[in-house]
Amino acid sequence: MDIRETLFRPVFRDNPIALQILGICSALAVTSSMQVSLVMAIALTLVTAFSSFFISSIRHYIPSSIRIIVQMTIIASLVIVVDQILKAVAYEISKQLSVFVGLIITNCIVMGRAEAYAMKNPPIPSFLDGLGNGLGYSFVLMTVAFVRELFGSGKLFGVEVLPLVTEGGWYMPNGLLLLPPSAFFLIGLLIWAIRSWQKDQVEEPEFRITQHTPVEESA
Amino acid sequence: MPSNKESLSRVLTVAFALCIVCSVVVSAAAVVLKPAQEINKTRDLKRNILMAAGLYDASLTVEEQFERVTTRVVDIDAGTYVNDIDPEGFDSRAAAKDPARSRALEAEEDIAKIIRRSDHALVYLVNDESGSLDKVILPIHGYGLWSTLYGFVALEADGNTIAGLGFYEHGETPGLGGEVDNPRWKSLWEGKQAYRDGDVAISVAKGAVNPQSAAADWQVDGLSGATLTSRGVSNLVQFWLGADGFQPFLSNLRRGDA
Repeated sequence: MDIRETLFRPVFRDNPIALQILGICSALAVTSSMQVSLVMAIALTLVTAFSSFFISSIRHYIPSSIRIIVQMTIIASLVIVVDQILKAVAYEISKQLSVFVGLIITNCIVMGRAEAYAMKNPPIPSFLDGLGNGLGYSFVLMTVAFVRELFGSGKLFGVEVLPLVTEGGWYMPNGLLLLPPSAFFLIGLLIWAIRSWQKDQVEEPEFRITQHTPVEESA
Repeated sequence: MPSNKESLSRVLTVAFALCIVCSVVVSAAAVVLKPAQEINKTRDLKRNILMAAGLYDASLTVEEQFERVTTRVVDIDAGTYVNDIDPEGFDSRAAAKDPARSRALEAEEDIAKIIRRSDHALVYLVNDESGSLDKVILPIHGYGLWSTLYGFVALEADGNTIAGLGFYEHGETPGLGGEVDNPRWKSLWEGKQAYRDGDVAISVAKGAVNPQSAAADWQVDGLSGATLTSRGVSNLVQFWLGADGFQPFLSNLRRGDA
Protein backbone atom coordinates (compact mmCIF):
# COMPACT_ATOMS: atom_id res chain seq x y z
CA MET A 1 0.00 0.00 0.00
CA ASP A 2 1.52 3.26 -1.15
CA ILE A 3 1.17 5.87 1.59
CA ARG A 4 1.44 8.84 -0.74
CA GLU A 5 -1.20 7.40 -3.01
CA THR A 6 -3.65 6.74 -0.14
CA LEU A 7 -3.10 10.16 1.35
CA PHE A 8 -3.05 12.40 -1.71
CA ARG A 9 -5.25 10.60 -4.22
CA PRO A 10 -8.43 11.94 -2.57
CA VAL A 11 -7.20 15.53 -2.76
CA PHE A 12 -7.36 15.96 -6.55
CA ARG A 13 -7.83 12.67 -8.37
CA ASP A 14 -10.62 11.26 -6.21
CA ASN A 15 -11.90 14.31 -4.36
CA PRO A 16 -14.85 13.50 -2.08
CA ILE A 17 -16.76 16.66 -3.01
CA ALA A 18 -15.73 17.12 -6.64
CA LEU A 19 -15.79 13.50 -7.83
CA GLN A 20 -17.79 11.55 -5.26
CA ILE A 21 -20.18 14.51 -4.69
CA LEU A 22 -20.31 13.83 -0.93
CA GLY A 23 -20.50 16.33 1.91
CA ILE A 24 -22.01 19.15 -0.13
CA CYS A 25 -24.38 20.45 2.56
CA SER A 26 -21.77 21.61 5.05
CA ALA A 27 -19.64 22.90 2.17
CA LEU A 28 -22.51 25.27 1.35
CA ALA A 29 -23.21 26.29 4.90
CA VAL A 30 -19.91 27.19 6.49
CA THR A 31 -17.87 28.62 3.62
CA SER A 32 -18.76 32.30 3.96
CA SER A 33 -15.65 32.89 6.04
CA MET A 34 -12.23 31.25 5.79
CA GLN A 35 -11.62 31.01 9.51
CA VAL A 36 -14.82 29.08 10.15
CA SER A 37 -14.16 26.88 7.11
CA LEU A 38 -10.69 26.07 8.36
CA VAL A 39 -11.97 24.93 11.74
CA MET A 40 -14.71 22.90 10.08
CA ALA A 41 -12.13 21.33 7.73
CA ILE A 42 -9.84 20.40 10.62
CA ALA A 43 -12.75 18.98 12.64
CA LEU A 44 -14.00 16.89 9.74
CA THR A 45 -10.51 15.66 8.82
CA LEU A 46 -9.88 14.51 12.39
CA VAL A 47 -13.25 12.82 12.68
CA THR A 48 -12.88 11.03 9.33
CA ALA A 49 -9.35 9.88 10.10
CA PHE A 50 -10.04 8.62 13.61
CA SER A 51 -13.41 7.07 12.86
CA SER A 52 -11.84 5.17 9.95
CA PHE A 53 -9.03 4.09 12.25
CA PHE A 54 -11.30 2.82 15.04
CA ILE A 55 -13.79 1.17 12.72
CA SER A 56 -10.98 -0.56 10.89
CA SER A 57 -9.43 -1.76 14.19
CA ILE A 58 -12.60 -3.58 15.18
CA ARG A 59 -13.78 -4.49 11.67
CA HIS A 60 -13.35 -8.25 12.27
CA TYR A 61 -15.68 -8.09 15.26
CA ILE A 62 -18.49 -6.05 13.74
CA PRO A 63 -21.42 -8.29 12.76
CA SER A 64 -22.52 -7.16 9.31
CA SER A 65 -26.17 -6.95 10.38
CA ILE A 66 -25.41 -4.01 12.70
CA ARG A 67 -22.35 -2.55 10.98
CA ILE A 68 -23.96 0.75 9.95
CA ILE A 69 -25.19 1.54 13.44
CA VAL A 70 -21.80 0.56 14.90
CA GLN A 71 -20.11 2.98 12.49
CA MET A 72 -22.62 5.69 13.37
CA THR A 73 -22.05 5.21 17.10
CA ILE A 74 -18.29 5.58 16.74
CA ILE A 75 -18.61 8.61 14.43
CA ALA A 76 -21.21 10.26 16.67
CA SER A 77 -19.06 9.80 19.77
CA LEU A 78 -16.06 11.37 18.05
CA VAL A 79 -18.15 14.27 16.80
CA ILE A 80 -19.49 14.97 20.29
CA VAL A 81 -15.94 14.94 21.66
CA VAL A 82 -14.81 17.38 18.94
CA ASP A 83 -17.82 19.61 19.61
CA GLN A 84 -17.12 19.66 23.36
CA ILE A 85 -13.46 20.50 22.77
CA LEU A 86 -14.38 23.35 20.42
CA LYS A 87 -16.80 24.77 22.97
CA ALA A 88 -14.08 24.68 25.59
CA VAL A 89 -11.16 26.10 23.60
CA ALA A 90 -12.60 28.01 20.61
CA TYR A 91 -15.96 29.26 21.82
CA GLU A 92 -16.39 32.06 19.27
CA ILE A 93 -15.84 29.73 16.34
CA SER A 94 -17.98 26.96 17.81
CA LYS A 95 -20.79 29.53 18.02
CA GLN A 96 -20.41 30.34 14.34
CA LEU A 97 -20.27 26.69 13.33
CA SER A 98 -23.32 26.06 15.53
CA VAL A 99 -25.14 22.95 14.32
CA PHE A 100 -22.68 22.10 11.59
CA VAL A 101 -20.20 20.43 13.91
CA GLY A 102 -23.01 18.15 15.08
CA LEU A 103 -23.91 17.55 11.46
CA ILE A 104 -20.49 16.04 10.76
CA ILE A 105 -22.21 12.88 12.02
CA THR A 106 -24.40 12.88 8.94
CA ASN A 107 -21.63 14.05 6.61
CA CYS A 108 -21.58 11.47 3.85
CA ILE A 109 -17.78 11.59 3.56
CA VAL A 110 -17.26 10.11 7.03
CA MET A 111 -19.74 7.27 6.61
CA GLY A 112 -18.79 6.78 2.99
CA ARG A 113 -15.12 6.20 3.84
CA ALA A 114 -15.96 4.02 6.84
CA GLU A 115 -18.19 1.77 4.77
CA ALA A 116 -16.17 1.78 1.54
CA TYR A 117 -12.62 1.65 2.87
CA ALA A 118 -12.22 1.12 6.61
CA MET A 119 -14.36 -2.03 6.71
CA LYS A 120 -12.00 -3.77 4.26
CA ASN A 121 -8.55 -2.38 5.11
CA PRO A 122 -6.15 -2.38 8.09
CA PRO A 123 -6.19 0.52 10.56
CA ILE A 124 -3.15 2.53 9.38
CA PRO A 125 -4.15 2.75 5.69
CA SER A 126 -7.72 3.50 6.83
CA PHE A 127 -6.44 6.34 8.98
CA LEU A 128 -4.49 7.74 6.02
CA ASP A 129 -7.47 7.32 3.73
CA GLY A 130 -9.63 9.25 6.20
CA LEU A 131 -6.97 11.93 6.50
CA GLY A 132 -6.66 12.16 2.71
CA ASN A 133 -10.39 12.48 2.19
CA GLY A 134 -10.53 15.07 4.94
CA LEU A 135 -7.79 16.98 3.11
CA GLY A 136 -9.72 16.70 -0.14
CA TYR A 137 -12.76 18.15 1.60
CA SER A 138 -10.61 20.86 3.18
CA PHE A 139 -9.13 21.78 -0.21
CA VAL A 140 -12.59 22.38 -1.70
CA LEU A 141 -13.83 24.15 1.42
CA MET A 142 -10.90 26.53 1.54
CA THR A 143 -11.09 27.29 -2.19
CA VAL A 144 -14.81 28.08 -1.98
CA ALA A 145 -14.36 30.07 1.22
CA PHE A 146 -11.51 32.07 -0.33
CA VAL A 147 -13.71 33.27 -3.18
CA ARG A 148 -16.77 33.81 -0.99
CA GLU A 149 -15.04 35.76 1.73
CA LEU A 150 -12.86 37.82 -0.63
CA PHE A 151 -15.65 38.89 -2.99
CA GLY A 152 -18.54 38.66 -0.52
CA SER A 153 -17.10 40.68 2.34
CA GLY A 154 -13.78 41.94 0.98
CA LYS A 155 -11.79 40.10 3.63
CA LEU A 156 -9.52 37.07 4.03
CA PHE A 157 -9.42 35.42 7.46
CA GLY A 158 -11.25 38.49 8.75
CA VAL A 159 -8.52 40.88 7.54
CA GLU A 160 -9.71 43.56 5.15
CA VAL A 161 -8.32 43.14 1.62
CA LEU A 162 -10.80 45.02 -0.54
CA PRO A 163 -12.13 48.09 1.33
CA LEU A 164 -15.93 48.05 1.13
CA VAL A 165 -18.12 50.94 -0.02
CA THR A 166 -20.00 50.75 3.31
CA GLU A 167 -16.71 51.22 5.17
CA GLY A 168 -15.68 54.17 3.00
CA GLY A 169 -13.70 52.17 0.42
CA TRP A 170 -14.35 51.43 -3.26
CA TYR A 171 -15.41 47.76 -3.38
CA MET A 172 -19.11 46.94 -3.76
CA PRO A 173 -19.45 43.42 -2.31
CA ASN A 174 -21.38 40.67 -4.06
CA GLY A 175 -24.18 39.83 -1.62
CA LEU A 176 -24.98 36.51 -3.32
CA LEU A 177 -21.59 35.17 -2.25
CA LEU A 178 -22.57 35.53 1.40
CA LEU A 179 -25.59 33.27 0.91
CA PRO A 180 -25.26 29.46 0.80
CA PRO A 181 -26.47 28.96 -2.82
CA SER A 182 -23.40 30.75 -4.18
CA ALA A 183 -21.31 27.79 -3.06
CA PHE A 184 -23.23 25.66 -5.59
CA PHE A 185 -21.96 27.86 -8.42
CA LEU A 186 -18.41 27.80 -7.09
CA ILE A 187 -18.35 24.04 -6.50
CA GLY A 188 -19.83 23.58 -9.98
CA LEU A 189 -17.08 25.69 -11.52
CA LEU A 190 -14.47 23.84 -9.48
CA ILE A 191 -15.75 20.46 -10.68
CA TRP A 192 -15.65 21.78 -14.24
CA ALA A 193 -12.05 22.94 -13.78
CA ILE A 194 -10.91 19.65 -12.21
CA ARG A 195 -12.61 17.57 -14.89
CA SER A 196 -11.13 19.65 -17.70
CA TRP A 197 -7.73 18.89 -16.25
CA GLN A 198 -8.36 15.24 -15.29
CA LYS A 199 -10.38 14.07 -18.29
CA ASP A 200 -10.89 10.55 -16.91
CA GLN A 201 -13.22 11.95 -14.22
CA VAL A 202 -15.81 12.96 -16.81
CA GLU A 203 -18.81 10.66 -16.49
CA GLU A 204 -20.45 8.90 -19.43
CA PRO A 205 -23.70 10.69 -20.26
CA GLU A 206 -26.58 8.56 -19.02
CA PHE A 207 -28.80 9.57 -21.88
CA ARG A 208 -28.16 10.70 -25.41
CA ILE A 209 -30.67 12.65 -27.46
CA THR A 210 -31.13 10.87 -30.78
CA GLN A 211 -30.95 12.71 -34.07
CA HIS A 212 -34.05 14.16 -35.61
CA THR A 213 -35.62 12.02 -38.28
CA PRO A 214 -35.07 13.86 -41.57
CA VAL A 215 -38.24 15.45 -42.98
CA GLU A 216 -38.25 13.35 -46.17
CA GLU A 217 -38.19 10.07 -44.22
CA SER A 218 -40.97 10.99 -41.78
CA ALA A 219 -43.27 12.18 -44.54
CA MET B 1 -11.91 -15.24 12.80
CA PRO B 2 -14.80 -16.31 15.01
CA SER B 3 -17.18 -18.43 12.99
CA ASN B 4 -20.38 -17.34 14.76
CA LYS B 5 -19.86 -13.65 14.01
CA GLU B 6 -23.49 -13.16 13.03
CA SER B 7 -25.07 -14.99 15.97
CA LEU B 8 -27.59 -13.12 18.13
CA SER B 9 -25.47 -13.27 21.29
CA ARG B 10 -22.52 -11.95 19.33
CA VAL B 11 -24.52 -9.05 17.93
CA LEU B 12 -25.74 -8.14 21.42
CA THR B 13 -22.27 -8.40 22.97
CA VAL B 14 -20.65 -6.17 20.35
CA ALA B 15 -23.44 -3.62 20.54
CA PHE B 16 -23.33 -3.53 24.33
CA ALA B 17 -19.55 -3.27 24.58
CA LEU B 18 -19.44 -0.54 21.98
CA CYS B 19 -22.14 1.48 23.73
CA ILE B 20 -20.31 1.26 27.05
CA VAL B 21 -16.99 2.37 25.57
CA CYS B 22 -18.52 5.22 23.58
CA SER B 23 -20.65 6.49 26.43
CA VAL B 24 -17.66 6.53 28.78
CA VAL B 25 -15.64 8.51 26.22
CA VAL B 26 -18.45 10.99 25.57
CA SER B 27 -19.34 11.58 29.20
CA ALA B 28 -15.69 11.89 30.20
CA ALA B 29 -15.21 14.60 27.57
CA ALA B 30 -18.38 16.39 28.66
CA VAL B 31 -17.51 16.32 32.36
CA VAL B 32 -13.84 17.25 31.99
CA LEU B 33 -14.50 20.16 29.63
CA LYS B 34 -17.59 21.52 31.40
CA PRO B 35 -15.81 24.11 33.60
CA ALA B 36 -13.92 25.57 30.64
CA GLN B 37 -17.14 25.80 28.63
CA GLU B 38 -18.99 27.56 31.44
CA ILE B 39 -16.20 30.13 31.73
CA ASN B 40 -16.35 30.74 27.97
CA LYS B 41 -20.08 31.18 28.07
CA THR B 42 -20.10 33.77 30.86
CA ARG B 43 -17.13 35.54 29.34
CA ASP B 44 -18.91 35.72 25.98
CA LEU B 45 -22.03 37.20 27.58
CA LYS B 46 -20.00 39.74 29.52
CA ARG B 47 -18.08 40.71 26.40
CA ASN B 48 -21.36 41.30 24.55
CA ILE B 49 -22.62 43.46 27.38
CA LEU B 50 -19.44 45.54 27.36
CA MET B 51 -19.47 45.80 23.57
CA ALA B 52 -23.04 47.13 23.56
CA ALA B 53 -22.02 49.87 25.95
CA GLY B 54 -18.95 50.66 23.85
CA LEU B 55 -16.71 49.85 26.82
CA TYR B 56 -14.97 46.76 25.49
CA ASP B 57 -11.21 46.98 25.30
CA ALA B 58 -9.57 43.94 23.70
CA SER B 59 -6.26 44.56 25.50
CA LEU B 60 -7.78 43.88 28.94
CA THR B 61 -9.44 40.68 30.11
CA VAL B 62 -13.20 40.63 30.21
CA GLU B 63 -13.18 39.92 33.95
CA GLU B 64 -11.06 42.99 34.73
CA GLN B 65 -13.37 45.23 32.74
CA PHE B 66 -16.47 43.69 34.25
CA GLU B 67 -15.41 44.66 37.77
CA ARG B 68 -17.02 48.05 37.22
CA VAL B 69 -20.34 46.44 36.36
CA THR B 70 -23.02 45.51 38.91
CA THR B 71 -25.73 43.09 37.85
CA ARG B 72 -29.18 43.61 39.37
CA VAL B 73 -32.56 41.97 38.91
CA VAL B 74 -35.38 44.38 38.10
CA ASP B 75 -39.14 43.97 38.31
CA ILE B 76 -40.04 45.33 34.88
CA ASP B 77 -43.59 46.53 35.61
CA ALA B 78 -42.77 48.11 38.97
CA GLY B 79 -39.44 49.41 37.75
CA THR B 80 -37.69 48.57 41.01
CA TYR B 81 -34.80 46.33 42.02
CA VAL B 82 -35.65 42.90 43.35
CA ASN B 83 -33.33 41.51 45.98
CA ASP B 84 -34.74 38.04 46.55
CA ILE B 85 -33.71 36.70 43.11
CA ASP B 86 -30.06 35.85 42.62
CA PRO B 87 -28.74 37.48 39.41
CA GLU B 88 -26.20 34.62 39.03
CA GLY B 89 -28.85 32.00 38.47
CA PHE B 90 -31.44 34.11 36.64
CA ASP B 91 -32.18 32.90 33.11
CA SER B 92 -34.38 35.43 31.33
CA ARG B 93 -35.19 33.14 28.41
CA ALA B 94 -36.40 30.42 30.75
CA ALA B 95 -38.35 32.99 32.77
CA ALA B 96 -40.11 34.29 29.64
CA LYS B 97 -41.39 30.77 28.90
CA ASP B 98 -42.60 30.09 32.44
CA PRO B 99 -46.26 31.20 32.85
CA ALA B 100 -45.70 31.83 36.57
CA ARG B 101 -42.91 34.29 35.92
CA SER B 102 -44.06 35.95 32.71
CA ARG B 103 -47.03 37.56 31.06
CA ALA B 104 -48.59 36.97 27.64
CA LEU B 105 -48.68 40.20 25.65
CA GLU B 106 -51.76 41.45 23.83
CA ALA B 107 -51.32 41.75 20.05
CA GLU B 108 -51.34 45.56 20.12
CA GLU B 109 -48.80 45.75 22.96
CA ASP B 110 -46.52 43.22 21.36
CA ILE B 111 -44.77 45.38 18.78
CA ALA B 112 -41.51 43.48 19.25
CA LYS B 113 -43.32 40.16 18.47
CA ILE B 114 -41.99 38.37 21.53
CA ILE B 115 -45.38 36.87 22.59
CA ARG B 116 -44.44 36.53 26.29
CA ARG B 117 -42.44 38.91 28.44
CA SER B 118 -40.79 37.83 31.67
CA ASP B 119 -41.69 39.74 34.86
CA HIS B 120 -38.07 40.29 35.75
CA ALA B 121 -34.93 41.16 33.83
CA LEU B 122 -31.25 41.59 34.50
CA VAL B 123 -29.85 45.08 34.19
CA TYR B 124 -26.18 45.97 34.27
CA LEU B 125 -25.06 49.15 35.99
CA VAL B 126 -21.67 50.53 35.00
CA ASN B 127 -19.97 52.77 37.54
CA ASP B 128 -17.22 55.22 36.76
CA GLU B 129 -13.96 55.48 38.71
CA SER B 130 -15.55 57.54 41.52
CA GLY B 131 -18.29 54.91 41.98
CA SER B 132 -21.23 56.89 40.69
CA LEU B 133 -23.52 55.56 37.98
CA ASP B 134 -22.11 56.04 34.49
CA LYS B 135 -24.16 53.83 32.17
CA VAL B 136 -27.02 51.38 32.41
CA ILE B 137 -27.19 48.41 30.07
CA LEU B 138 -30.54 46.75 29.33
CA PRO B 139 -31.21 43.43 27.57
CA ILE B 140 -33.49 43.68 24.53
CA HIS B 141 -34.89 41.20 22.05
CA GLY B 142 -37.49 41.06 19.32
CA TYR B 143 -38.31 39.78 15.88
CA GLY B 144 -36.60 41.07 12.75
CA LEU B 145 -37.18 39.51 9.34
CA TRP B 146 -36.18 35.87 9.87
CA SER B 147 -35.16 35.59 13.45
CA THR B 148 -35.34 36.93 16.97
CA LEU B 149 -32.53 39.39 17.57
CA TYR B 150 -30.99 39.35 21.05
CA GLY B 151 -28.91 42.26 22.19
CA PHE B 152 -28.29 45.06 24.62
CA VAL B 153 -28.91 48.78 24.63
CA ALA B 154 -26.79 51.02 26.81
CA LEU B 155 -28.01 54.36 28.14
CA GLU B 156 -26.13 57.16 29.85
CA ALA B 157 -26.84 57.86 33.52
CA ASP B 158 -29.60 60.34 32.52
CA GLY B 159 -31.65 57.34 31.34
CA ASN B 160 -32.32 59.06 28.04
CA THR B 161 -29.17 59.39 25.94
CA ILE B 162 -28.25 56.18 24.12
CA ALA B 163 -24.65 55.12 24.66
CA GLY B 164 -24.65 52.09 22.40
CA LEU B 165 -26.57 49.19 20.93
CA GLY B 166 -25.48 45.75 19.86
CA PHE B 167 -26.87 42.32 19.05
CA TYR B 168 -25.12 39.11 20.02
CA GLU B 169 -27.48 36.63 18.42
CA HIS B 170 -29.57 36.87 15.27
CA GLY B 171 -30.19 35.08 11.98
CA GLU B 172 -30.77 37.99 9.62
CA THR B 173 -29.58 37.91 5.97
CA PRO B 174 -25.80 38.32 5.79
CA GLY B 175 -24.87 41.57 4.04
CA LEU B 176 -28.39 43.05 4.34
CA GLY B 177 -30.15 42.67 7.72
CA GLY B 178 -26.93 41.17 9.07
CA GLU B 179 -25.50 44.69 8.85
CA VAL B 180 -27.00 45.30 12.31
CA ASP B 181 -23.55 44.05 13.36
CA ASN B 182 -21.77 46.71 11.31
CA PRO B 183 -19.79 48.92 13.75
CA ARG B 184 -20.43 51.94 11.53
CA TRP B 185 -24.19 51.54 11.82
CA LYS B 186 -24.08 50.74 15.53
CA SER B 187 -22.10 53.92 16.16
CA LEU B 188 -25.01 55.94 14.71
CA TRP B 189 -26.99 55.14 17.86
CA GLU B 190 -24.53 56.85 20.16
CA GLY B 191 -25.83 60.15 21.46
CA LYS B 192 -29.39 59.71 20.18
CA GLN B 193 -32.23 60.49 22.57
CA ALA B 194 -34.69 57.80 23.64
CA TYR B 195 -37.58 59.91 24.97
CA ARG B 196 -39.29 63.11 23.92
CA ASP B 197 -41.76 64.67 26.39
CA GLY B 198 -41.90 61.42 28.34
CA ASP B 199 -42.75 59.18 25.38
CA VAL B 200 -40.47 56.82 23.49
CA ALA B 201 -39.45 58.64 20.33
CA ILE B 202 -36.36 56.77 19.16
CA SER B 203 -36.86 55.00 15.84
CA VAL B 204 -35.01 53.65 12.85
CA ALA B 205 -35.84 55.85 9.85
CA LYS B 206 -36.38 54.54 6.35
CA GLY B 207 -33.28 55.65 4.48
CA ALA B 208 -30.88 58.27 5.78
CA VAL B 209 -31.81 60.76 8.47
CA ASN B 210 -31.67 64.43 7.52
CA PRO B 211 -29.40 65.93 10.19
CA GLN B 212 -31.15 69.31 9.82
CA SER B 213 -34.59 67.93 10.70
CA ALA B 214 -36.07 68.53 14.14
CA ALA B 215 -36.45 64.78 14.72
CA ALA B 216 -32.82 63.94 13.91
CA ASP B 217 -31.92 63.42 17.58
CA TRP B 218 -34.51 60.65 17.84
CA GLN B 219 -33.79 58.89 14.53
CA VAL B 220 -31.18 56.46 13.24
CA ASP B 221 -30.49 55.72 9.56
CA GLY B 222 -32.25 52.62 8.24
CA LEU B 223 -30.19 49.78 6.79
CA SER B 224 -30.41 49.85 3.01
CA GLY B 225 -31.88 46.66 1.57
CA ALA B 226 -33.11 45.61 5.01
CA THR B 227 -36.37 47.48 5.55
CA LEU B 228 -37.97 44.71 7.60
CA THR B 229 -34.96 44.13 9.84
CA SER B 230 -34.70 47.89 10.41
CA ARG B 231 -38.39 48.03 11.29
CA GLY B 232 -37.94 45.07 13.65
CA VAL B 233 -35.03 46.75 15.41
CA SER B 234 -37.00 49.99 15.65
CA ASN B 235 -39.99 48.16 17.16
CA LEU B 236 -37.99 46.13 19.64
CA VAL B 237 -36.07 49.16 20.89
CA GLN B 238 -39.35 51.04 21.26
CA PHE B 239 -40.93 48.12 23.09
CA TRP B 240 -38.11 47.65 25.58
CA LEU B 241 -37.73 51.35 26.28
CA GLY B 242 -41.51 51.79 26.43
CA ALA B 243 -44.11 51.43 29.17
CA ASP B 244 -44.16 47.61 28.91
CA GLY B 245 -40.37 47.57 28.93
CA PHE B 246 -37.87 49.48 30.99
CA GLN B 247 -39.51 52.92 31.03
CA PRO B 248 -40.75 52.58 34.67
CA PHE B 249 -37.30 51.45 35.76
CA LEU B 250 -35.53 54.24 33.89
CA SER B 251 -37.76 56.94 35.33
CA ASN B 252 -37.24 55.54 38.83
CA LEU B 253 -33.52 55.47 38.15
CA ARG B 254 -33.55 59.14 37.10
CA ARG B 255 -35.33 60.04 40.34
CA GLY B 256 -32.89 57.85 42.20
CA ASP B 257 -35.41 55.51 43.86
CA ALA B 258 -35.25 52.36 41.73
